[in-house]
Amino acid sequence: MHVHNYEKLWLGASLLLIVGFISTIVYGAAGAGITMVNDEGGQVNPKELGNTSGFDDPGVTKVGPNEYEVHIVALQFAFQPGTVELPANSTVTFYVTSRDVVHGFEVAGTNANTMVIPGEVSQITVEFDEPGEYGIVCHEYCGAGHHSMAAELIVREPSNFTMQDDTQTPTSGNETTNATATPTGGESA
Amino acid sequence: MSTPGETAGETVESAREMLPDNSFLIQYPHVSRVVRSLFLTAFVAFGIGAFMGVLQALHRTGIARIVESADYYTFLTLHGVLLAIVFTIFFLAGVFTWANTRSLDRPPVSKRFTWFWVVTMSAGTAMAGIAMLAGLLPSIDISADVLFTFYAPLQAHPIFYIGLAVFVIGTWLAGIDWFRQFLAWRREHPDERIPLQSFMVLTTMIMWFIATLGVAVEVVVFLIPWSLGIMPAPNPLLTRTLFWFFGHPIVYFWLMPAYLLWYTVLPKIAGGRLFSDPLARVVFVLFLLLSTPVGIHHQYLDPGIAEGFKFIAMTNTMFLLLPSLLTAFTVVASIEHGARQRGGTGYFGWLKALPWRDPAFTGMALAGLMFAAGGFSGMVNAGMNINYLVHNTLWVPGHFHLTVGTAVALSFMAGAYWLVPRITGRKLYSRPIGLFQVVLWFVGMVFMSAAMHRGGLAGIPRRTAEPQYPQVAFETVAGSVGSLRLQLAFGGVLLFVSALLFLMNVGLTAMNNKPARGLDSALPPALSGPEQSPTVLDNLKLWALIAVVLVILAYSLPLYSIVQGAGLYPAGQEASPAVIAPLLEVIA
Ligand code: HEM
Ligand SMILES: [Cu+2]
Ligand SMILES: [Cu+2]
Repeated sequence: MHVHNYEKLWLGASLLLIVGFISTIVYGAAGAGITMVNDEGGQVNPKELGNTSGFDDPGVTKVGPNEYEVHIVALQFAFQPGTVELPANSTVTFYVTSRDVVHGFEVAGTNANTMVIPGEVSQITVEFDEPGEYGIVCHEYCGAGHHSMAAELIVREPSNFTMQDDTQTPTSGNETTNATATPTGGESA
Repeated sequence: MSTPGETAGETVESAREMLPDNSFLIQYPHVSRVVRSLFLTAFVAFGIGAFMGVLQALHRTGIARIVESADYYTFLTLHGVLLAIVFTIFFLAGVFTWANTRSLDRPPVSKRFTWFWVVTMSAGTAMAGIAMLAGLLPSIDISADVLFTFYAPLQAHPIFYIGLAVFVIGTWLAGIDWFRQFLAWRREHPDERIPLQSFMVLTTMIMWFIATLGVAVEVVVFLIPWSLGIMPAPNPLLTRTLFWFFGHPIVYFWLMPAYLLWYTVLPKIAGGRLFSDPLARVVFVLFLLLSTPVGIHHQYLDPGIAEGFKFIAMTNTMFLLLPSLLTAFTVVASIEHGARQRGGTGYFGWLKALPWRDPAFTGMALAGLMFAAGGFSGMVNAGMNINYLVHNTLWVPGHFHLTVGTAVALSFMAGAYWLVPRITGRKLYSRPIGLFQVVLWFVGMVFMSAAMHRGGLAGIPRRTAEPQYPQVAFETVAGSVGSLRLQLAFGGVLLFVSALLFLMNVGLTAMNNKPARGLDSALPPALSGPEQSPTVLDNLKLWALIAVVLVILAYSLPLYSIVQGAGLYPAGQEASPAVIAPLLEVIA
């Protein structure tokens, strides 16, 4: 088959471009350490969140010197809790799940972003370096009141920050306690 | 282009006698009728969809609010379904029916069968349409406010899902019709290469058969029984994954008829010839192979799917760039050849020799240009970890209004200016209006899409009726959010005006009593013809087999692990709104 020289040149350049794109992604993952939301969060029963550790009392938990966990329940049409306060210079792991339909979770203007699917727990780890106020929006259509579904995230100077529910019993160390808490019934087909 | 012999009293009937014997309408009056009826449905859907579009553009920017925010999503569902599914696929069916017949030079095998699939597709559309529209009437207990992605456990009325299933079956029957037509041709031409347009139709349909399996299983196995209250709610991650199994390749289902027009019609309009027939075949084979095993790139941010599967989808997606880059080359080379045939010279000077006054040419050229821009924003979406920044923000509709909303839709409009006279025998009502209209679409889209892209970078979500949230301050990189909103709405209004002009121009063409002239239906042969390419390219069975194997490789493990995770019917899933279940409880 006759392939014109210009075609060959173009083909080569195209392949180079594609390999280049893939390399930037690989660099982002391996070099910059950006990982994707994955299956680590495990499964929960959306009707049993009240009995699921972490989601029974959603909010911030301190799990290490500068490490926090935040459990968030998305429901039509709100996030629980509606306000999240965290100290700056901390590493925060969000566990987000839904009580009803598919929602989204996006800290507007940042790349903290995930889908929220009932039955699945989305686990994302984010670092907050600077104090500031952020909005959290639901970015997936979830019903007639979808446009009213938002929450606040306030990152405070570490000196201004106190845990609101210090008295609460701490969850067990660094482990992701919710992740395997209530595996659901499997196939009932 | 009025000729001296043309008089006011001349009717189209008498003018038909003046059409050349090899014009499509004279050779295939029945097929022309089929194409006309498919186009009619496509254009009605386009009109309603465009109206919803401008309402959305005005509403979500807070500029003019005619409906309640809660009803916004009914409009958005109509917009997505009518434009991305009904308009595109009915138009495609018309183009494919025309192209398969023209290039095989024989009609479909059975008139009844052809009308059967037209009616099936239309019936499915009507059912889904009724369910969506009923959402606006609270007095009727039917709704389908689920958007065109219908993620469970959001629930629509069963007739919405049944309508979708019937529609998809209609498209399968259409594909079978085109294959039968081809096989009948093959019996008479055992040793010939498949004519190029038919090759494009067949490879696209094989891709479609494979891709629609995902949505067919989703709808028929899970959603219909669930919405009828017979089965429990399915695993939402599983149904999403089945949806995107189909949801990415549908993108290429939209695009392939536009490519068919770019490869085969555009060179003719430009006065030249297709640069390379073999390369065109390679491109369509690549799309057949790579379109489906990439759907997980729509689920980069889904929990419950391991990163490795996402990575595989990402690499496949990047390789899917190749056929589009090759297309860019071939199309530009073919147009340049046309320009030089018309006396164009110089490095770029040849551009001036192109038929810019022809809306069919200019529309497709602008569509191609926008597609290049859409390709770049698409690369950002495809870049797995960069996707975090834009996922489900306004950036995404900004992206696909460049691709399906312009590369495809504008090519279809331009193609209609060329094709409608050929299937009606009537002269295009107005070329200047046509030209103005395609340019207006381009300009409107520059405004709307640029504003959407920038809004997305500021974190403004898609699919929302409200411009503002009390808790959130969206910050743009440059310019104020207010000016972005104005641009978005302004672009939307231009687009709507352009859509109206198009519908008016085509409508008046269909009623035009001036006969079309010189409709030779032959397309010029390619500069490098198919005889120079290996015959294995035409081995459709082989490509279909490889495509299936790739799909199995890409999807079996992810599907297995999703079902392993939460099961097929996980506990605690509940429909919202529950459509039929309460009804059943009342009866029981
Ligand atoms: C008059 C021209 C058009 C206007 C003014 C328009 C406007 C819009 C706007 C503002 C949105 C975003 C809504 C939101 O996310 O809240 C949207 C979404 C969308 N548009 Fe268009 N559009 C037009 C034409 C088209 C065309 C021609 C197509 C495809 C052929 C198309 C396909 C879509 C799809 C698939 C969505 C996403 C729906 C969803 O999120 O469920 N639009 N459009
Ligand atoms: Cu929502
Ligand atoms: Cu895709």
